[in-house]
Amino acid sequence: MEEVDVEPTTTPIPGFDSNQKHLGFVWGPGDILVYETIYKASGGSAGGCPFVHEVRKDEDIYSPILRKLFNESHHIFVGLQRIREDLPSKNKKPQFVSISKNYRSVIRACMEELQQVAVYHNDSLGNTLLSLELIWNLCEVLFIDAAPAGSLVLHLLDWVRLHKADVDEKAREVLASESPAEHQAYWDVVISYVLQGRMDEARQVLVKQAALQPAARVMFKLLDNLLMKMPIFNPGETQTLTEFDVKWRHWREEVDHCLQDQSFASNRHLEDICKILVGDEDVLLEYKELLSTWYHFLVTRLLFSHPTVKPTELHYYAQSSMHMFLDTRSVPEPLDSILLAAFEFDIHQVIKDCSIALNNWWFVGHLTDLLDHCKLLQSHNLHFGSNLREFLLLEYASGLFTHHSLWQLAVDYFDHCPEFGRVYLELQIERVPLDTERKALKVIRICEQRQMTEQVRSICKIMAKKALRNNRLGSALSWSIRAKDAAFATLISERFLQDYCAKGTFSDLDLIDNLGPAMLLSDRLTFLGKYREFHRLYGEKRFSDAAKLLLSLMTAKIAPHSFWMTLLTDALPLLEQKEVIFSADQTHELMFCLEELTSGKSVPTPDKPMQDEDIETTKIELLRLALARNLAMAIVKEGTVEI
Amino acid sequence: MEGINAKYVSKKISKTRWRPVSSSSLQQPDIFATGSWDNEDNSISIWSIGENGVSSMDDEFEGDPQLLCEYKHNGDVLDLQFLDQDRIVTASSTGAVTIFRHHHNSQTLSVSKLWERAHHYPCNNAPCTGVVCNSPEIVTVGEDGRIMLFRADQEGVLRTIEKADSSAIHAVTFLRTTEILTVNSIGQLKLWDFRQPGNEPSQILSLTGDRVPLHCVDRHPNQQHIVATGGQDGMLCIWDVRQGNMPISLMEAHTSEMWEVHFHPSNPGHLFSCSEDGSLLHWETSSNTDTPSFLQGGRNTSIISRSAIAPAGGNQSLINAWLTGDSSKGHLETTHMLPSQMLSVNSLDVLGQCLVCGTDGEAIYVNRHVPI
Repeated sequence: MEEVDVEPTTTPIPGFDSNQKHLGFVWGPGDILVYETIYKASGGSAGGCPFVHEVRKDEDIYSPILRKLFNESHHIFVGLQRIREDLPSKNKKPQFVSISKNYRSVIRACMEELQQVAVYHNDSLGNTLLSLELIWNLCEVLFIDAAPAGSLVLHLLDWVRLHKADVDEKAREVLASESPAEHQAYWDVVISYVLQGRMDEARQVLVKQAALQPAARVMFKLLDNLLMKMPIFNPGETQTLTEFDVKWRHWREEVDHCLQDQSFASNRHLEDICKILVGDEDVLLEYKELLSTWYHFLVTRLLFSHPTVKPTELHYYAQSSMHMFLDTRSVPEPLDSILLAAFEFDIHQVIKDCSIALNNWWFVGHLTDLLDHCKLLQSHNLHFGSNLREFLLLEYASGLFTHHSLWQLAVDYFDHCPEFGRVYLELQIERVPLDTERKALKVIRICEQRQMTEQVRSICKIMAKKALRNNRLGSALSWSIRAKDAAFATLISERFLQDYCAKGTFSDLDLIDNLGPAMLLSDRLTFLGKYREFHRLYGEKRFSDAAKLLLSLMTAKIAPHSFWMTLLTDALPLLEQKEVIFSADQTHELMFCLEELTSGKSVPTPDKPMQDEDIETTKIELLRLALARNLAMAIVKEGTVEI
Repeated sequence: MEGINAKYVSKKISKTRWRPVSSSSLQQPDIFATGSWDNEDNSISIWSIGENGVSSMDDEFEGDPQLLCEYKHNGDVLDLQFLDQDRIVTASSTGAVTIFRHHHNSQTLSVSKLWERAHHYPCNNAPCTGVVCNSPEIVTVGEDGRIMLFRADQEGVLRTIEKADSSAIHAVTFLRTTEILTVNSIGQLKLWDFRQPGNEPSQILSLTGDRVPLHCVDRHPNQQHIVATGGQDGMLCIWDVRQGNMPISLMEAHTSEMWEVHFHPSNPGHLFSCSEDGSLLHWETSSNTDTPSFLQGGRNTSIISRSAIAPAGGNQSLINAWLTGDSSKGHLETTHMLPSQMLSVNSLDVLGQCLVCGTDGEAIYVNRHVPI
């Protein structure tokens, strides 16, 4: 067994005393059912807890705002899967970047909505989303966009700026005040701008100070000049990295020169700015509060000391920044170790740490899928056959399936897991509760589209049984037609026939009269339809047609044996008509049928009550008499020759 | 397809309906109601798409629906109709029929009347699948095969047609003030006349061949005998209930169940249908340029179609187009109105130039510039 990375969290079950009793449990698809067992520790008190508790790990899928996240990201996910495989990966990179940005904008939208709603209580979900967006953004910069040296620092700067939005707020506050230069946060704003590499804004704010101190105008002009001249790598231009490097070093020497000259000695703030521009780490650390995070410190450090850093060198600076910035006594937070793993380009470690830290698989599932599409994950197979991407998506989708409403999204995720997706779907889809016909129709449509005939049949059978229990024979029949279930159609026809035998009339005529080609689904159903037709013909007084139909029902063996007696009894009125309806041949056939029927049940059983016996024998005798008379009349009629 | 943005609402939407605008005013509709389904707590909600009189400078901000009010609903909302400007009738999967009142001043909803077991089996509740109103009368149908007639101001049931159908009735619509048309899950259309006593339909129409369950029905706004239905196989059928018991034309529309079909109320040459396959189609009969001379204007022109009846007169070309329904002749154009790769579109409603629809992806789409 593998080692556990972190201590598992304990969840206390209310009303349960672990000293007295043992807990029993059973795994569900996304939760555990927990109950108290009979086992009693010695001397324990009697009386048990009658409750069964459901312990759920993932509360988030029940949050209404997060549901928007799941739905929108599902849309993006499906779009991503349908990107054509045949394009070379070079052309696909901008597409992947834009998809990554889509995912992030969805996270941001959710975050904003959470902020609007959760004003008063601690917004832990919002903070989690903030961290998720931070991690995703970094992964996009490092892995998907894969910026080379030079642009790397610029992208990282953007990343930091996006997540440190309070600078602009502070700046607005300061500039809106009556005397900006004397505001207490003034220098904070200037230095924050410099730390983020936003030189133009810094210069604009510095101008206010410069106006106040005309005597130090030269000093301010000098700093302004330095800030303006700072070289920024422009990937679009034809300038190569080495040229930029040379320019930058040149500029840095100039700044160093100013420092050595003590040009800014009179103003501590300006001197600090100058030292920052040179990349003086001690000064940077003095402004820990403005930096607030070690990764901000890292990026600033890189900007002013190593702007041409290569991606492969990143991890060294990241580790050292973290050590320098963070208190050695404090425990590293999960977020810090995830970001560090990202800087080390250890994708698997990032995913692993995220999986442990988060309580549902949404984030790792989608991120891994996107990275897999960018061909960044080495496909090493896990112990149970599928690769990492598929494993995470399966876990995510299984979690979705436990939700009463989001199960429909999970279907698409299973579709795009080539190895096990179908099996998972087959097992899960049968367990969706079916309250209304509409929901059953949707589930069946999902199964039919994926050729899951077994599931279709079983769902139709469930719905047909339900309908039958409520005596909705028409609904039951339409379900068996959908499933092409001949056995069930036979069952329903039996019900109809039993009803007829009991009441003497057909119920649900609108159904039987309009069966159409569905009649052919089962023999019994065909018989039912034809039998009803016989009644109709009789009602319309088309006796010869009715007679022919009746006979064919018996001779073609469509009618079940048990029903022959009824059919023959139905033939009685036709035999008793004044006009001869059955021809001699037909009468012979009828007699043959009667004989076949009576020979089967010739021996009277002792447990049959005497009344039934009497009725049976009377009927048979009547039939025999009627048949004989009809035969006589028919022979006479056919033998008669009109002169 | 410009002007369509998704609004995610965290509930699967089963029905959307515009609040009716008075026919005299030329305003576009601005308020619609939605019902949810498949949630532990279902609800009906009222949304607004903002002022239409103000011309917005920035098209992006236009038309994002704002939630005005919401009310808890027991069971899935299987159908929803506006009774009048203030009241909404819903059909629930618990078999209940509810009238909600929308209070404009306080922007709240309250239950005005509730018929709890309108549809039921002997031991259970049966879902009520369709409701249609002609104020103050309300007709509901359900999976129990019953048709119920209520009046909005009376407590009890006005009339029950027991055993109207042996299978589940899926939808209902008014043909005339006293006649309704229902469709069921064995593919039959049944006409019922309330003036006649008894429980028998006055007419039954169905397709020969496979009996495909029908899910939706809508009547042509001007011609009361022309009816469109959609069913499980996604085919659009146009029927003429006066003649024969077969549809006039069959058109392949969708690849799965068609959930709703609507004629445009003021421009009946346009038809809209939405389906389980995630598409919303806009059908347009073109009655310009290419139409042959015998279809252009004039009275007493005969129709070349499968039916042999000449119509009474007026609006020739439009009727002709629906009844011929032959898309190869260029009379019928269809356009998709939503982006692809979507989950099922469960419901749509169209009024004036505005279209609203709701999907299983928990999103509402509003289009305010439907090309009519």
